[in-house]
Amino acid sequence: MIRQCFIIFGCLAIGELIVWLTGIAIPSSIIGMLLLAALLQMKAIKEEWVKGMSDFLISNMGFFFVPPGVALMLYLDIIKAEFIPIVVATVVSTIMVLIVTGWTHQKMKSNGDSAE
Amino acid sequence: MEILQNNIILLTLTFGIYYAARQLQKWTGWIVLNPILLTIVALILLLKITGISYETYAHAGNYIEFWLKPAIVALGVPLYQHLGQIRRQFLPIFLSQLAGCIVGVASVVFIAQLMGASRETIISLAPKSVTTPIAMEVCQTMGGIPSLTAAIVVSVGLFGAIFGFKVLEVWHIKNPYSQGLSIGTASHAVGTSRAMEKGNTYGAYASLGLILNGLLTALLAPLILKIMGI
Repeated sequence: MIRQCFIIFGCLAIGELIVWLTGIAIPSSIIGMLLLAALLQMKAIKEEWVKGMSDFLISNMGFFFVPPGVALMLYLDIIKAEFIPIVVATVVSTIMVLIVTGWTHQKMKSNGDSAE
Repeated sequence: MEILQNNIILLTLTFGIYYAARQLQKWTGWIVLNPILLTIVALILLLKITGISYETYAHAGNYIEFWLKPAIVALGVPLYQHLGQIRRQFLPIFLSQLAGCIVGVASVVFIAQLMGASRETIISLAPKSVTTPIAMEVCQTMGGIPSLTAAIVVSVGLFGAIFGFKVLEVWHIKNPYSQGLSIGTASHAVGTSRAMEKGNTYGAYASLGLILNGLLTALLAPLILKIMGI
């Protein structure tokens, strides 16, 4: 457990360090994720060294979003005042992203498959 | 009600409500009864009724929110597991991500502008599809309201988790890789957690969408807003 925590937090810490050193506008957690995948790929660490902890974190990820979601209560006024624009824009745009991304990928993938 | 402001009690309530909400979804089998959504609504009601401020709750909530960053790091494991597959179809993945990112930012800005939303709201909406830490960062650098972004990001995630697979099916997007990818692209980690429930492949592609769209949005959103004259 300690080793698992050390590796995952280590990746995150290096991410924080990189952000601090370079001032880059990418979150430390994304850098940490890429680093963890790279370390696994290079066989610098074994999958079972992080497996228990990573499974726990991933399967409960949704729960960690509860507190930032509760922050909605602070913006009820803005949301009420601009309710229609906010809801229409986010819903329509999210549907568009789903369709455009999925359609492009499916289309290109089936073309690629038939070319092989 | 002083005792309710105790961190341990607020945390216990959060765990308890979430557990109850999850059981409720299991019994009914209704995807709309998303446990994250139910817990957020129940907690907001509870805080409003008892008069506890968000700041007091956030004190306790920080202990939970804290795990968001390590959880995103942990997504490196499914990413690694699917690296070979991803490398083989790099182009379809990259181009669909690029399309999704541009459409995601441009469409929400365009519609909000058309409907007369304020400039701050528009900027706060722009990075709505990507994971909270990235979205807040992007919003901050462009002059929006980061915590409004955080709240909208969670709402978008919930929408994707609840209706995402339905939308894709209606549009005949049936390939599991394409489905996973678009869920992650449109609705970040909340959508990804739903995709994980559906299966490891969906989850891995969803985390890929989450990562790539996060990176692309961080890089491109300021540029897109500039082009659109915001």
